[in-house]
Amino acid sequence: MWKKAILRPAAVLLLFAVPLLIKSNYLLSILIVIGLYTIIVQGLGILMGYAGQVSFGHAAFFGLGGYTVAILTTRFHWPTVLALPAAALLPGVIAAIIGRPTLKLRELYLALATLGFGILVHIAFTEGKELTGGPSGITGIPYLSIGGLTFDSDIKFFYLVWITLFLILAGINNLVRSRVGRALRAISESEHAAENAGIDTAKLKLQAFIFSALLAGLAGGLYAFYVTFISPSPFGFHASVQFVLMAVIGGLGTFWGPLLGAAVVVTLGEFLRWAVPLVIPGAGGEYQIIFFGLILVLLMIFRPEGLGALGKCLKLSPEKMPGTGIPSKDI
Amino acid sequence: MHIADQLLQLLFTGLTLGSIYSLIALALVTTFNITGILNLAQGEFVALGALLAVSMYAAGMPMAAAFTVSVLLVAMLGGFLERFAIHTARGASGLTLIIITIGLSISLRGLALLIWGTETYSLPAFSKGGPLFIGGAAVNPQSLWIFGLTAITLAGLYAFFELTYWGKAVKASVINRAAARLVGINPHTVSFLAFTASGALGAAAGIFIAPITMTTYDMGFMLGLKGFVAAVIGGLSNVGGAVLGGILLGILESYSAGLISSGLKDAIAIIILLAVLLIRPEGIIGAIRERKI
Repeated sequence: MWKKAILRPAAVLLLFAVPLLIKSNYLLSILIVIGLYTIIVQGLGILMGYAGQVSFGHAAFFGLGGYTVAILTTRFHWPTVLALPAAALLPGVIAAIIGRPTLKLRELYLALATLGFGILVHIAFTEGKELTGGPSGITGIPYLSIGGLTFDSDIKFFYLVWITLFLILAGINNLVRSRVGRALRAISESEHAAENAGIDTAKLKLQAFIFSALLAGLAGGLYAFYVTFISPSPFGFHASVQFVLMAVIGGLGTFWGPLLGAAVVVTLGEFLRWAVPLVIPGAGGEYQIIFFGLILVLLMIFRPEGLGALGKCLKLSPEKMPGTGIPSKDI
Repeated sequence: MHIADQLLQLLFTGLTLGSIYSLIALALVTTFNITGILNLAQGEFVALGALLAVSMYAAGMPMAAAFTVSVLLVAMLGGFLERFAIHTARGASGLTLIIITIGLSISLRGLALLIWGTETYSLPAFSKGGPLFIGGAAVNPQSLWIFGLTAITLAGLYAFFELTYWGKAVKASVINRAAARLVGINPHTVSFLAFTASGALGAAAGIFIAPITMTTYDMGFMLGLKGFVAAVIGGLSNVGGAVLGGILLGILESYSAGLISSGLKDAIAIIILLAVLLIRPEGIIGAIRERKI
C-alpha cells in the first residue's frame, strides 16, 4: 500500500511539472490529446471492463460533445462555461434514450448496433448542412473562459485537461470500490450470478453506458475549445476502433490502463506519422491503422488482459487479479 | 424522362446494387453459419479483389487472367487470415473474435491505402456495347454480369451443400460440431475453407462491380456494412434471407437516393440495421428460415 501512496502523487506531480520543464508546444499538444482520449477511455473502460459491454460508436459521443460546443457557442452565442456542461449532457441524454433497447442485445448484435449508431451520427455531421457546416465543419469556436480565466494557450489547456482527468480518476477510483463498483465487476464475471445476488444488471449497464457517453461528450467539448475548429473527420469509425484499442491495450478494469492505452496509441501514431514516410516516400493518409489493427488483433489473441497487467505496480490493487480481459459470455 | 421510366430505371439500379449486397451477405452468412464468426473484414476482400484486378489489368494482363489471379490471391489471404488470427484465437469469446475481425479489416484497409493511395480506379466493362433498353429504362450490360454471378454463386452453394460429400460434411459440422468430429470431420479445416471461399467470393464480387462503381481503398467498408445489413434483414443465418435482404436493401437505397436525396443512401442502410436489431433481431424475413444452410 505504501508504494501506491507514494507512486501516485509522485507521478501526478511529475506530470504537472512537465510544462515547466519542457517548452515544446508540440509535446504539450500531444499530452493534451492523450489527456482528452484518456477521459473517453476511462468511460469506455468502465463499460467494457466492468459492465462487460462493448461500443464501436464512442467516437459519435465524442463528436456530439464537440458539435454541441461548436453549435451553441457560434450559432447561439452561449457563454462558453455553459456550453461545456451541455457538451457532456447531450450525449448522456442520447445514451439514456438509445441505451435501454440497445443494451438488451447480445455481444455480436451490440457491437453491430453501436457501430451503426456511430456511422449514422457521422453521416449526420457530414450531411447536417447549415447546422453542422457539412464536411468542412465549423470554425471560430471561442476559447473556454471560466470566471475571468480564459484558456487560450497550450499550457493553460494542459492544466485544465489533466486536472479534469485526475478529478475523474479520483471519482472512478472511489466508484469501483463502492457497492456500484463491486456490482459492476460482478456483472463482468457472471451476469447470471450477479442477477441472482440481487443486482439490477440492466440498470447498472445502462448507467455505465450513460456515464461513458457523458465522459466522451465532455472530452469532445474540451476538444472543440482546444482546437477551436470542428469537422466530421476525427469522429468516424476509425476513431471508435482506436478508443477500443486504447481500452484493451491498457488492460480493462485497471486503474492506470486507460492512461497507458491512450499514451501508447497516440505516441505510436505520432511515431508512425514520422517514420513511415521515411521508409515509403509519398505515403499519405491514415496508414497508421495498419499497425493499430494488427496490434489489436495480436493483443486479442495473445494478451486479452492488456499490457497494463504486465507491471505489478500498475495494477488496480495488490489483492485484485489483473484485468481479465473481455469477459466471455456465460455458458 | 417519364416518371414510370424513371421508377423502372431506379429498380434496375437497385437490383444491381442489391445483387452485390446479396453476394457479400452470402459470404458472411456462410462463414457465420460454419464458424459462428461474423467476419467484419469481408468488405476488405471485396476492395482488395477489385484493386488487385485493376492493377494487374493495367500492367497488361488479360481481364480473365487478372480476374483469376486476383480471386486466387484474395482466397489465399482469406485462408491465411483464418490460420493466423481466427484459428490461434479459437475458444475466445465472441466479442474477442469480433474485435479481431475489426482489427483485421482496418489493417487491410490501411495496407490498401499504402499501396493504392486515395485515388479512384476503374476497370472497363466485361462486354462491349451500349446499354440494353427494357421498357423505357437503360440496363448496363455489366449489371447482367452481376446478376449472373449472383445466380451462379447461389446455384454453386446449393450444389455444394446438397450434392457433394464436402458440402454435407460442412452442413454436418454446422448442425452438430461434436458429432461431426466423431465421424471424422475436422471443424478447423471447415473453418479454414469457409474463410478461403469467402475471400474468393468477395474478390469476385469486387471485380464484377469495379466497372460500374468507384474503386477506392476504402470502398470495402460501406460494402461490407451493407452486406451485414442484408444478412441481418435475413436473420443472419439464413442464406435465402440474405439474398432477399440484399436485394431489398439495394432497391430501397436506389429509390431513396433517386427520389429523396443521394446523401440519404448510406443512412438508409444503417437505419434499417438499427431498426431490425432493435425491433426484430431474428430478422424480418422469418418465413423462409426453416434451415440454416
